[in-house]
Amino acid sequence: MMGHWVIAPVILPAIVGAAIVLMMRHDLLLQRVFSLASTLALLGISVALLVAASHEGPEMYRLGNWPAPFGIVLMLDRLSALMVTLTAVLAVCVQLYAISTDWDTRGRHFHALFQFQVMGIAGAFLTGDAFNLFVFFEVLLIASYGLMIHGAGRDRLRAGVQYVAFNLVGSSLFLFALAAIYSITGTLNIADLAVKAAALPEGDAALFRVAAVMLMLVFAIKGALVPLHFWLPATYAHAPGPVAALFAVMTKIGAYAAIRFGVMVLPPTNPVTGSLIADLMLPAALLTLIIGALGVLGAGTLSRLSAFAAIASMGTAFIAISAFTPQGTAAALYYIVHSTLAGAALFLITDLVVDRRAHDRLTEALPPIAQAGLIAGLFMAAAIATAGMPPLSGFVGKLLVLDALRGQAALVWSVILVTSFLIILGLARAGSTLFWKDHASAPQGDAPAHKAEALSFVAVGMLLSGLVLHTVLAGPILHWMEVTAAGLHDPGAYIAANQLPEVK
Amino acid sequence: MEILVAIALGLLTSAGVYLILRQRTFPLIVGLTLLSYAVNVFIFAAGRLVTGLPPIYDKAAAGYTDPLPQALVLTAIVISFGMTAVIVMMALGAFLETGDDRTDMTKTDPSEGDTP
Repeated sequence: MMGHWVIAPVILPAIVGAAIVLMMRHDLLLQRVFSLASTLALLGISVALLVAASHEGPEMYRLGNWPAPFGIVLMLDRLSALMVTLTAVLAVCVQLYAISTDWDTRGRHFHALFQFQVMGIAGAFLTGDAFNLFVFFEVLLIASYGLMIHGAGRDRLRAGVQYVAFNLVGSSLFLFALAAIYSITGTLNIADLAVKAAALPEGDAALFRVAAVMLMLVFAIKGALVPLHFWLPATYAHAPGPVAALFAVMTKIGAYAAIRFGVMVLPPTNPVTGSLIADLMLPAALLTLIIGALGVLGAGTLSRLSAFAAIASMGTAFIAISAFTPQGTAAALYYIVHSTLAGAALFLITDLVVDRRAHDRLTEALPPIAQAGLIAGLFMAAAIATAGMPPLSGFVGKLLVLDALRGQAALVWSVILVTSFLIILGLARAGSTLFWKDHASAPQGDAPAHKAEALSFVAVGMLLSGLVLHTVLAGPILHWMEVTAAGLHDPGAYIAANQLPEVK
Repeated sequence: MEILVAIALGLLTSAGVYLILRQRTFPLIVGLTLLSYAVNVFIFAAGRLVTGLPPIYDKAAAGYTDPLPQALVLTAIVISFGMTAVIVMMALGAFLETGDDRTDMTKTDPSEGDTP
């Protein structure tokens, strides 16, 4: 049992973030030390939580010591522990990168906002209450607004306003959905919802279906599912590189919430919603993948290319989720971990390139950049992972997704395979413009000097080695994901851990 | 009373959505505010509309109103207030940087890329 450690991933960044704002705002070195120490500690704690959750099953933590469903609880289960660990790994890499490239000096309060962002993400993954999920969404969003416009600039501010407006509309929709669900079921505890949604009276069915679809729309906004993806390209392309890399896990929150609610509360076996969610999600996910792939092929800048690659990866993940089978969910989880690491690596490499070039347009070749060989190698590895080519985990992940959707093979397989080809083409075109044509077009001479910034390459290397690990250990990891997925499709243990009172 | 609340909700929401679609920051912010008012009333109504009943345990009470939506509304109001403050500041910053108050990105040449 982890006891109070369950809440540590929320408390630790909150305290460190506040301390950074209040006590260290004039001392960058102190900020860096404390912020990095906090993220590393978070990584340690989340690994311990992950081990505990895999051995002992779901665990409840009462926030105000009131029993569920009256009080708000945090729930540690395998899925939430996995996502918190993924966040911590990503946060360490991104933070190393931001420190090394001096991104944290281009505006104020980078480290404090970073800690609050991590706090919001960890809380959203850990909470066992739907309204508390909304609150943590807002915590992570308000921190992301600050991070998004970090360093300011004309386009970034304008993209920031769009991003905030889109998310505020999403938050309103979330509240509409939660209020409608509360008015029907009288509860917002996720486990309690799972019990009550399975036994709704006939008269509430129509309203509940509306509420369920609204809830899924909110998660589709977070997960950038077509047609609600419009906020993503501008936001990710204009956000600072390390921030965009951290945002790689933000879209995954949409996927996480869709799994949590779609599989546990609104499964196809639910007589009220039936296959409604799956029927809506699959076409949207296929369209998302197609739009993402076309975007990768047609992107005018490297940042937009990375953003559309993120959209395509969300499409693939949602395709796997929309199967609503344990096999599909396990494939989705494997692919989500892969695409978070690969997407973050691609955004960091984009930032490395943009930092060394006058601009990141893909339409014209520029003279060679400093450390071109190393960056080209890293880009190649990240591109292989993103496109889903062997030998990296993207290939394994896509194979698992294909295998999970044998039922609709004709449509789904052709979309996934054709879009994979388009993504390969787009990435190959970008890579050759950036790294090959420069030698052919430019006058001979040395590349302009640039600071070495070894740590930034370490950060990208850590993400890529994470992908290698994810590939080499695919067998045990997949087995772990399968057990996790089975626990989600049969949430008896999760519900029991909430210790809900007997209904009289 | 239900019909009145429902009409008010519908008016607030439709006015909010219309203003959000205006693509200018000031109408956008007013629209978001109207939408958040609509949400707050809707959450309140989710606990059923009753008059003159206490939310907390009382021996003499004939019935109760649901106290939970009231707590939810408080949270929602605080959050939407904070978010409105953030978007006002950002819209102001964007207006001062770019010189106009459009919210779409069409006028921006993607190749200009003034990101540092």
